[in-house]
Amino acid sequence: MELSQADINTEIEAAAQRPGGPQPKLDYPPYRSSILRHPKQPAQLIDPEAVELWAPAFGHRDVADDEADLTIQHAGIPIGERIVVSGRVLDGDGRPAANQLVEVWQANAAGRYRHQRDQHPAPHDPNFTGVGRMLTGPDGSYRFQTIKPGPYPWRNHVNAWRPAHIHFSIFGSEFTQRVVTQMYFPGDPLFSLDPIYQSITDPKARDLLIAQYDHDLTTPEWSTGYRWDIVLTGTHRTPLESDVPVSDVEEDA
Amino acid sequence: MSAVPGQTVGPFFHLGLEYPGMNELVVPGHPRAVRLHGHVYDGDGAPVPDAVLEIWQADPQGHIPRQPGSLRRDGWTFTGWGRAATEPDGHYQFTTLEPGATEPGKAPFFAVTVFARGLMDRLFTRAYLPGDDGALAADALLSAVGPDRRGTLIATREPDGLVFDVRLQGDGETVFLTYPRVRDAWA
Repeated sequence: MELSQADINTEIEAAAQRPGGPQPKLDYPPYRSSILRHPKQPAQLIDPEAVELWAPAFGHRDVADDEADLTIQHAGIPIGERIVVSGRVLDGDGRPAANQLVEVWQANAAGRYRHQRDQHPAPHDPNFTGVGRMLTGPDGSYRFQTIKPGPYPWRNHVNAWRPAHIHFSIFGSEFTQRVVTQMYFPGDPLFSLDPIYQSITDPKARDLLIAQYDHDLTTPEWSTGYRWDIVLTGTHRTPLESDVPVSDVEEDA
Repeated sequence: MSAVPGQTVGPFFHLGLEYPGMNELVVPGHPRAVRLHGHVYDGDGAPVPDAVLEIWQADPQGHIPRQPGSLRRDGWTFTGWGRAATEPDGHYQFTTLEPGATEPGKAPFFAVTVFARGLMDRLFTRAYLPGDDGALAADALLSAVGPDRRGTLIATREPDGLVFDVRLQGDGETVFLTYPRVRDAWA
């Protein structure tokens, strides 16, 4: 039997009665693909050691400045609503996560990914790939320019649609801080219907994934702006000045 | 400070996360290159064709690399970090060097992060080098894990490298890890 949105809504409501806290539930049947892909054993708690207390260093040799502009990667201008997304990456103690790699990927304005597995019959945009990279600044700030992605259908159930989102991959100064997540846009009517978003059963934690419209990031006659601040987990090792990669120290000197 | 929740990498992560040479921490012709490889399996034992693994490791001398360059490798600098997506048959592979002990008597390991479509949040684990039974027996993590599951954390040696399979669920489920400040971030 094919599942309808109403069936999934019933499952989402049932899961919300058993709150799993502010992290996504790994075992979340409304997201069908999670059923065979979540561990059943509890995670083993261990004090991080050796490499786990550090993270790979990324520097300007890894990322070019223009990789933070997703609208200039082709000969023409991509179609859609031009936006700037900016914010700060902080660690769990409020310290800036400086010099860390942020990778983003997303659908185009029509809700189509430039990926062979995306069979949604919406148009590709020859002027939009939907991939960007950047390093955070000394204050943990990041900023990129892109096109607002569209919502898109998927096959979790009949008439399943994902709210518009941008995928984020973020590193901290310690291996344990690694996170991949998704940023959403305020007021999306699909939030209550989406099992991936709803897998975080704590509404306050879910809200952390929603960017805020910020008129100070909006540029006259050019683009609108969204702010999204990101807090990582805390470090087990106090970061030192010497954490800054060697090459960057030389460049700043 | 409320830490941001994770979300799945989804089915289209190749678009944003793949880049040339991402799984070659050293060039395959390097005299000390080893192949670290294996499969990722789901709870039915079926291969997972849309997972991505990241490794982070010490160099053969046990030094923790501090050099950038993992995204644009120069062929000479060992950065200690790499990323590999699984193929349609669930197989992944890295070309790398074996990590050394970061302190005398410590059992060397690769720190491993696992992501996949259908996996809501990243998973942490370790892939230990096999062979040094004394160091493995003295290891805090391996000692804390029951003997029936300990083997999921230790790679198997073969002539040209190391095999490390990841089982997300069920029989032989890999031991996944959490750390105090990860657990407490959402306490």
